[in-house]
Amino acid sequence: MTQIELRGVQKYFGAVQVIKDLNLKIDDNEFIVLLGQSGCGKTTTLRAIAGLETIDGGDILIDGKPVQHLKAADRDIAMVFQSFSLYPHMSVYENIAFPLRATRKSKAEIDQEVRSVAKTLQITDLLGKKPSALSGGDMQRVAIGRALVRRPKAMLMDEPIGALDAKLREEMRAEIKRLHIKQGSTTIYVTHDQIEAMSLADRIVIMHEGVLQQVGSPDEVYSRPANLFVAQFVGSPVMNVADASVAETASSASVTVGGAAAGFEFPRALLSKLNGHASGQLALGIRPEGVLVRHEAAEGFLPVETQIVEPLGSFDIVDLKVGTKMLRARTKSGFVGGPGEKVFARIDPTQAHFFDTASGKSLEVRL
Amino acid sequence: MAAVRTSSEIGFNRVAIVAVLLVTIIFLAPIYWIASTAFKPRNLATTIPPTVVFQPEISPFVKLFTKRSQMRNPPSPEEYAAAPWWERVVFDGGEKIVRDGKGQVQWSGYPSRFMNSLIIAITSTVLAVGMGTFTAYGFSRFKVKGEADLLFFILSTRMLPPVVVAIPMFLMYRAVGLNDSHLGLIILYTAFNLSFSVWLMKGFMDEIPKEYEEAALVDGYTRMEAFFKIVLPEAATGIAATAVFCFITAWNEYAFALIMTNRRAQTAPPFIPSQVGAGLPDWTVIAAGTFLFLLPVAIFTFLLRNHLLRGMSFGAIRK
Repeated sequence: MTQIELRGVQKYFGAVQVIKDLNLKIDDNEFIVLLGQSGCGKTTTLRAIAGLETIDGGDILIDGKPVQHLKAADRDIAMVFQSFSLYPHMSVYENIAFPLRATRKSKAEIDQEVRSVAKTLQITDLLGKKPSALSGGDMQRVAIGRALVRRPKAMLMDEPIGALDAKLREEMRAEIKRLHIKQGSTTIYVTHDQIEAMSLADRIVIMHEGVLQQVGSPDEVYSRPANLFVAQFVGSPVMNVADASVAETASSASVTVGGAAAGFEFPRALLSKLNGHASGQLALGIRPEGVLVRHEAAEGFLPVETQIVEPLGSFDIVDLKVGTKMLRARTKSGFVGGPGEKVFARIDPTQAHFFDTASGKSLEVRL
Repeated sequence: MAAVRTSSEIGFNRVAIVAVLLVTIIFLAPIYWIASTAFKPRNLATTIPPTVVFQPEISPFVKLFTKRSQMRNPPSPEEYAAAPWWERVVFDGGEKIVRDGKGQVQWSGYPSRFMNSLIIAITSTVLAVGMGTFTAYGFSRFKVKGEADLLFFILSTRMLPPVVVAIPMFLMYRAVGLNDSHLGLIILYTAFNLSFSVWLMKGFMDEIPKEYEEAALVDGYTRMEAFFKIVLPEAATGIAATAVFCFITAWNEYAFALIMTNRRAQTAPPFIPSQVGAGLPDWTVIAAGTFLFLLPVAIFTFLLRNHLLRGMSFGAIRK
């Protein structure tokens, strides 16, 4: 049973505040991913929990006890580093045994536990080798083994697969997930890769410039982003965001983007839900899959011209010119022949997001 | 892996090889001279042109280690026959080995000077490298107020020729009774080498990723334990390289050894030339002393050569 809680954590590097009043509660056995661009404070947060950075304010609690004044060694937490940080002068066996040697375990116990972890990670045949003789994936397995062997209260992972190539990353991602399900330890995982975050996390914590932006399940942060930053950071290809103005028509609402001649049709209910954010300070966010495209004219569809087409195998991303603005739509592969084609588009109101451009906050409009 | 080479490149290569050989010969010639003179009979040591082919002798080394005196008359045949082989070698040169009242052979000053050199050089190297390693670790890993200024200050001790401070140092040492003592030279050489050791080790420490220690800290070790278990083994190459340089400096130092010591703590460098003035100069004995003096550094460097080569190119490759 390990719960980790951050209460009002503050951290400065000189005059720069890298963590601003961070509050977060992590439940037992939960897999939390800290997601954000480099420099957003996610790694600093992780290092603060590990005890490798001091904090300038707030509390870090493990199982309800403040630990911010404890040394790293006394927090009973394991960490996997992006650089693997395997001790180069020790064999794989010694690397995994190293954390156990800090405790008062007998040689036989240590041996048994090292071999058991090695078996779980399928690295038994590597035990005699030096880290320099290992492949990237194996190095990471050993690093994870070293973290697991002590059965720590929590596992911290700092971009553990960031240094691996794409294919191996995918394999290791699945392996980490499998391991977490099997071992079930509280895990905090730092990454800038939102696909990694989506695929691994129970809950994702999105940070930007030291400020927590949103905490939620992968589905929540994807389909209900709390603000413009989250909306554009999560999801690939990136969500379309455009300044929009809303007008009332006879039977519905019309949302115009990019100063286009005509607006996209929305249900009338939009008007009341916008709460007076009529125009001027309103942004429309729509993911490429929420932009519906067809070849024939139909009610509610606006004529638009295709620009660049990016074939991505299972689907295409098509740039559509709407007024002065470009909307990216996701279509079946080969649906659009090429640039300059006339097609018809509309926006799926159920997938549309509205944001206040001044604060960046979502207006929580659900249609 | 043979890259394509043009004929001009091959030509340049040949010139380069000749140049390297030439430079090597120039550098090795004095060492050959010393080594060959150390094994020459006395009468061949100063011939013009130099004698290159000769029957090597061990007599210079026997003379180097023993106290001798000139003999007016050659030894009696009985005396000669009773003497061991190494004493006969001395008799052959018209000298005899000095013995004390009990008939014990008297040693020359060389063995004790050699021991002094070893004690002083090894101790000061251990101290300089040890303190330098700790200091460098501190500078490399922690935020030290005025770090740049402190490092500059440490380096500034090497910005003037050490001999400049020889007289004040001598007066200070005399005042506190450190002249002609092992401790005095050890302190002096440690101080000389410390700045060098701190700077060199800082470079090596900076190259060791701090994640290694952080991993050890998280793995349940204190910083001290992490330093000894993780940092030191990683820094072995740097320590070896630094130690070689410090040892060579301390081993070869002449000026201060000459000024600060005269007997008890005198090292080999001032002792060897002092023998030139003792009676007729026997160049073979001086060459033998110099030749033996060259060996420890050569052996030490040879033992650490793998570390040294790695040390020289350390940091050149991104890991």
